[in-house]
Amino acid sequence: MNVALFITCLTDNFYPRAGIAAVKVLERLGCTVSFPQAQTCCGQPMYNNGFHPEARALARRMIRIFAGAPYVVTPSASCAAMLRESYPHLLLGDPSAAALAARTYEFAEFLARVLKPDLRALGASWPGQVTYHPSCHHRALGPDDHAQALMRQIDGLTLIPLDKAEQCCGFGGLFAVKYPDISGAMARDKAACILATGAPTAVCNDAGCTMNIAGACRRIGSSGGDQGRNAPLPRFTTLAEIIAESLGLLPSGTGFQPVSSSSPSSLPQGATAGGSAPAVLPPFASTSSSPPPLPSTRPPQS
Amino acid sequence: MAPPTPEPAAPSPEHPLDPPLPYTIAARARRAAADLQLQQFVNTATRNKDRARAAAFMAAFGPRLDEVRSLAARIRQHTLDHLDAYLEQFVENATKTGAVVHFARDAAQANAIALAIARDAGAKLCIKAKSMVTEEIRLLPALEAAGVTTVETDLGEFILQLDGDAPSHIVTPMIHKDRTAVARAFVRELGAPYTEDPAHLTLIARAHLRSLYRKADLGITGGNFLIASTGSLVVCTNEGNADFCMSGPRTHIAIVGIEKLIPAPEHLGVLLKVLARSSTAQPLTVYTTIITGPRSTGFQPVPSSSLPSSQPPPHTPDQDQDGPAHLHIILLDNGRTKLLADGADGGAREILRCIRCGACLNACPVYRKVGGGHAYGAVYSGPIGAILTPSLKGLRNYPDLPHASSLCGGCSEACPVRIDIPRHLVRLRREMAASGLTGVRRRIAMRLWAAILQRPAFYRLAAAAQRSLLRAAAEPGVPPAGPCTDHRWLTDLPAPLDGWTAARDFPTPPSSSFRDWWRTRRFEEERP
Repeated sequence: MNVALFITCLTDNFYPRAGIAAVKVLERLGCTVSFPQAQTCCGQPMYNNGFHPEARALARRMIRIFAGAPYVVTPSASCAAMLRESYPHLLLGDPSAAALAARTYEFAEFLARVLKPDLRALGASWPGQVTYHPSCHHRALGPDDHAQALMRQIDGLTLIPLDKAEQCCGFGGLFAVKYPDISGAMARDKAACILATGAPTAVCNDAGCTMNIAGACRRIGSSGGDQGRNAPLPRFTTLAEIIAESLGLLPSGTGFQPVSSSSPSSLPQGATAGGSAPAVLPPFASTSSSPPPLPSTRPPQS
Repeated sequence: MAPPTPEPAAPSPEHPLDPPLPYTIAARARRAAADLQLQQFVNTATRNKDRARAAAFMAAFGPRLDEVRSLAARIRQHTLDHLDAYLEQFVENATKTGAVVHFARDAAQANAIALAIARDAGAKLCIKAKSMVTEEIRLLPALEAAGVTTVETDLGEFILQLDGDAPSHIVTPMIHKDRTAVARAFVRELGAPYTEDPAHLTLIARAHLRSLYRKADLGITGGNFLIASTGSLVVCTNEGNADFCMSGPRTHIAIVGIEKLIPAPEHLGVLLKVLARSSTAQPLTVYTTIITGPRSTGFQPVPSSSLPSSQPPPHTPDQDQDGPAHLHIILLDNGRTKLLADGADGGAREILRCIRCGACLNACPVYRKVGGGHAYGAVYSGPIGAILTPSLKGLRNYPDLPHASSLCGGCSEACPVRIDIPRHLVRLRREMAASGLTGVRRRIAMRLWAAILQRPAFYRLAAAAQRSLLRAAAEPGVPPAGPCTDHRWLTDLPAPLDGWTAARDFPTPPSSSFRDWWRTRRFEEERP
């Protein structure tokens, strides 16, 4: 199955490990992943701010770049929603916009609706506690929460419910910069709920939300909020990384992060899967520390 | 000499819902962000209501709840698409029942009509039910200025009137106040003994209001719906106060926006079901009153000589025991026809579907964090206000409202008539960008950014430059991390990004991008 990865500009630059994990998981599940190099950004910032001629030009560009791909998969729910919901409005009556929308999937959704893997049968194991923030753009992608369903298939993983899970974290692109009083209050509320779970790992599948919530958690931690000064902060990660780690495609993450480099992490490394795996991601250029290739479990092609 | 600056504690002289224009949200948002008690009231109340709404819909309609919302949306949209015909039908049928229907172009005309009716009736004391439209046209001060003492009878509005305050929610107007504020107002204004017990407070208000109901000679209400095929007015309350306003005084004025029409009684069934559940999670409001025409004078004796003896006497309606002798219905435009004119798919007409249930306010995290409706600087607040206010009163006058939203979509998920509020916010942002109302800095930044994104080489260059600059400016990150996770943190970004770090830290990109990884990886895999 040929899949084109739409990495999105934020994931490309801020959370590359989410993209790496998505590629590894898709390949492990039998997909051939391509990465069209000309891709940049879907134009969501321009669209949301009302600059529609500019957004339209970027949308046409994306449609051209992904024209040959049978599936377009992206690790970001908000960018998936942009392609799926907003392109057809932006390019009303353009069949190629509707066609791209029909082929576009958010990563978790692609797994749940197209590949339908049985993670348990593949031996997915990730001992540890996570809490999960469902980003708002999942609303646009449909009522089913595929990410939670997939995480429940992973042996050892405990999902800790998040209070006010449905409430927006306050990111909203330029909204976060232009209205810091409103956006900041929303971010603090979300961060407090995440910290209150006590989970060492927080899963969020939208790079913008992660930047916002992690930044708010860190500000609370360093300003002596309810959690106290220099309290350990959860490690923020994505479903793709959790699945990749659970299948041994990426080394396990480190759990709680210290607020500053001088304060050591006070938490046990209970969240790491497999004692022998290195605790941190090795440099990608070093082949020696990459996990060994896994035997192919490519499903029979239909 | 500069005028003395007012004391910070002094109450703002401007009316909270009618501030000087153009209105900017920043000052009130900052005040609300600092008022943790206010945030607590609004947070708790709205979240509880939002959850109760969702549960009530699920309990009643189960997996078919979206079908019910779609049906309600279709009924509303159909009525708006044919509003000219339904208005004519309504006027004809309401007139037949004996009601007098007036059209008001704007607030001034609506107030003038209402004042003329009050004058003709010789009204001295008016009892008034809760109505957002009367807030919209500022009717109460106009009546008071004309010498008609006017009393708000909805408990929340009554308390706000005692306090000289304004509603902050479409349905629960005093969501920003707690019981101690009510207790203090009752002591001060009514001479009541101090109590914080809600039951006692309600009894004090009830005793006071009942004494006024009997004396009033004018009743004013809004209307939740107007039924075109019968000429009826539908008013929903939970306190029954509107029924006193409609049945006691000799004269009743109902002021209703032209968009509140529905075709026929069978459509009322659908809309009442979603209205009460969306507002207060009730299956039906406690009082749902349909009134058709003024009090009937009953049997009119017909001279027997003029009738053939074999025929029964002609049908006459029964004599009503109560109800106004004179019923006036003022249909208000006040900018609505401008919205109606934009009938395109996703156009402004859809906004008029709104049945003022308040569900979007309860679902909105921005509404929660700005401390409720006053921050919107207009009668209609929350997500619906953010699209309705600029549409009615001009984008130039409310430039923040379309932008002060994260577009999270909680509102459109809650809306019982499926108004896609985020899409309307984006449409208004587009209108602002297209007409040059968006700031110059933002315009330049957006165009430059879009130009960079058009060219992959520029994009890579800009990304690399951003990475170097941000990482150089930041504190060193946590040591044990790889090149794809070694974020550093910035705590004080310069303008125009200082808004980010005013509220939270900013993560820099890690040393490597996904693109870097992909390139290296392919290179390795192609090696023998």
